[in-house]
Amino acid sequence: MNIHEYQAKHLLQEYGVRVPRGYAATNPLEVETALSNLGDDMIVVKAQIHAGGRGKGTFTDGYKGGVKVFKTPEAAKEAANHMLGNTLVTAQTGPEGRKVQTLYLTEGCDIEHEYYLAIVLDRETAQSVIIASTEGGMDIEEVADKTPEKLIRVPVSPTMGLRSHQCRQVAFALGFKGEQVKQFGRILTGVYKMFWEKNAMLVEINPLVTDKNGNLSALDAKVSFDGNAIFQHPDIEKLRDLNEEDPKEIEASKHDLAYIALDGDIACMVNGAGLAMATMDIIQSFGGSPANFLDVGGGANEEQVTAAFKIILSDQNVKGILVNIFGGIMKCDVIANGIVAAAKNVDMTVPLVVRLEGTNVEAGKKILRESGVALTPADSLAQAAQIIVKQVKDAG
Amino acid sequence: MSILVNKDTRLVVQGITGKTGTFHTQQCVEYGTKVVAGVTPGKGGQMWEGKVPVCNTVAEAVIEHGANASVIYVPPAFAADSILEAIESEIPLVICITEGVPVRDMAEVRRRLEFKDTKTRLIGPNCPGIITPGECKIGIMPGYIHKPGRVGVISRSGTLTYEAVWQLTQSGHGQSTCIGIGGDPINGTSQLDAVRMLNEDPDTDAIIMIGEIGGSAEEEACAYIKENVRKPVAGFIAGASAPKGRTMGHAGAIVSASGAGTAEAKFAAMDDAGVSIARNPSEIADALLRIYKG
Repeated sequence: MNIHEYQAKHLLQEYGVRVPRGYAATNPLEVETALSNLGDDMIVVKAQIHAGGRGKGTFTDGYKGGVKVFKTPEAAKEAANHMLGNTLVTAQTGPEGRKVQTLYLTEGCDIEHEYYLAIVLDRETAQSVIIASTEGGMDIEEVADKTPEKLIRVPVSPTMGLRSHQCRQVAFALGFKGEQVKQFGRILTGVYKMFWEKNAMLVEINPLVTDKNGNLSALDAKVSFDGNAIFQHPDIEKLRDLNEEDPKEIEASKHDLAYIALDGDIACMVNGAGLAMATMDIIQSFGGSPANFLDVGGGANEEQVTAAFKIILSDQNVKGILVNIFGGIMKCDVIANGIVAAAKNVDMTVPLVVRLEGTNVEAGKKILRESGVALTPADSLAQAAQIIVKQVKDAG
Repeated sequence: MSILVNKDTRLVVQGITGKTGTFHTQQCVEYGTKVVAGVTPGKGGQMWEGKVPVCNTVAEAVIEHGANASVIYVPPAFAADSILEAIESEIPLVICITEGVPVRDMAEVRRRLEFKDTKTRLIGPNCPGIITPGECKIGIMPGYIHKPGRVGVISRSGTLTYEAVWQLTQSGHGQSTCIGIGGDPINGTSQLDAVRMLNEDPDTDAIIMIGEIGGSAEEEACAYIKENVRKPVAGFIAGASAPKGRTMGHAGAIVSASGAGTAEAKFAAMDDAGVSIARNPSEIADALLRIYKG
């Protein structure tokens, strides 16, 4: 689960990390209040969306930049009111962009130097790793690619936790001296504590800056949490912004369906995540384009299948549906009955191909054939994919 | 005829009185698995379904009932603790079926597994389990699709494994042992561990490895296969069509923003290791049978 920059900074602040003073705003009135609180100094207006590359982004009406610095409150106000409600397209949003519903207005900062600091859970070594660099403010993937020697990596054992010598190691590697070493140690300790206590998968501060007085503060922050651990953190769950999620994905999660919208036109409904991915793959390998990932789980009962059909059909791009179920403990005839009942419950407007395999498969196919529902039963996954790709092409 | 589990395996079920635990334990007992005990704290002394003694602790199941393998069906919030309890009880094999275990919990479990005094191998979490056809089924896979034989199967995914197994069985080829290692980013047994065990098993003649996008487990297994495995190996990777940065159902199935963990990189590693590649999930058994006649 991801959160916005302003939420991430509030959290960091709770853990003792200095951040520039700032206020979130969702309407012109709040913009006004934020500006009067910030005063007449330099002001930064930052669009809050769950995607990177905001500074270099462009709004759909041609207005450039989702992060901008202004010298006067008047100029900041004009920009803020232009950004609110407008759609920002960045390298990470896809061409459709994201509607900006919240802004973060902050005081400016006299930057001396920009650093990079992150803690991430490394799956290969099954521990968290501190990643730091003197090359802050830029894309860290690029730093890793071009100047890997400038990337500092320090693993932290999940059982030992972060130790003082590790803070010093990173601080000295970044070139800090004297009081800054101590200040950095306090920041890193806070960031690690937050990472660990809140079950984060990533805490990234980019850039972490020093100002003219040598003080360190977090200018931008990105935090994501382990979805499996959210139940332990009601405070974090409250930070979830449903505006940033696909409504179809929200609806699917209510029915315990794992659904992810994609941009193709052939929907699929599958039991099991691996098989669901493989079904998307086979659609693509026959020249089609999958409209979604959808795992209905091991049960695949009528209620879930009905909900799944409704979600799939609410996607205007869908021109055909491929259902692929491997009937294991839940037998094919039971699943076939569920599919038929569900298909009768919804207004099926596009071609439907169903492939069943596993226990009682013949009985299952017989139910499909005799159902009176307009669907094409297939004998193999390859055949099913070929049929639906052809039906969608012929219709289009 | 197998690795890790066989007709002598004595299973304890952690979470036996829960709905999921009860359902799948019934299936395993019907298959012929020797379930010697269950564990539900506070229900010690009861009998599950009138036939399996319930204990308060895993240690009790080991000492009093001789359990030498454990399967875990407890909810995600308590799963890591259940795994640790089984490790402390020195059970040689623990299979965690539970889906949705927090990654941080698994980081701690993994560290405990690396201790020198650890006697336990963990399989999972978020996995279908392990089966040696005709002898012992531990987990949630449908037993009847399997058939005793000499092909070992390893997979990160449940139903995709069933597809491959079903293809093998339909073509007349049985399986020695099928292991579902699970779809989470941090697990107990890797592709490499499983390949190594099947390679060293005299009763396994050929191997099928089914991977997914994300991580580098398949690449590590392929490096080992290239150097050490002379048995025929076939492979498939799910997720070639998945976009970057989205987890596809399994927490571990994600291609990072930098492009690490793509299906193409994994297929290339397989090709380099001489693995016969199925480009299509309906041809997994065919890919093996191109290089293995049984």
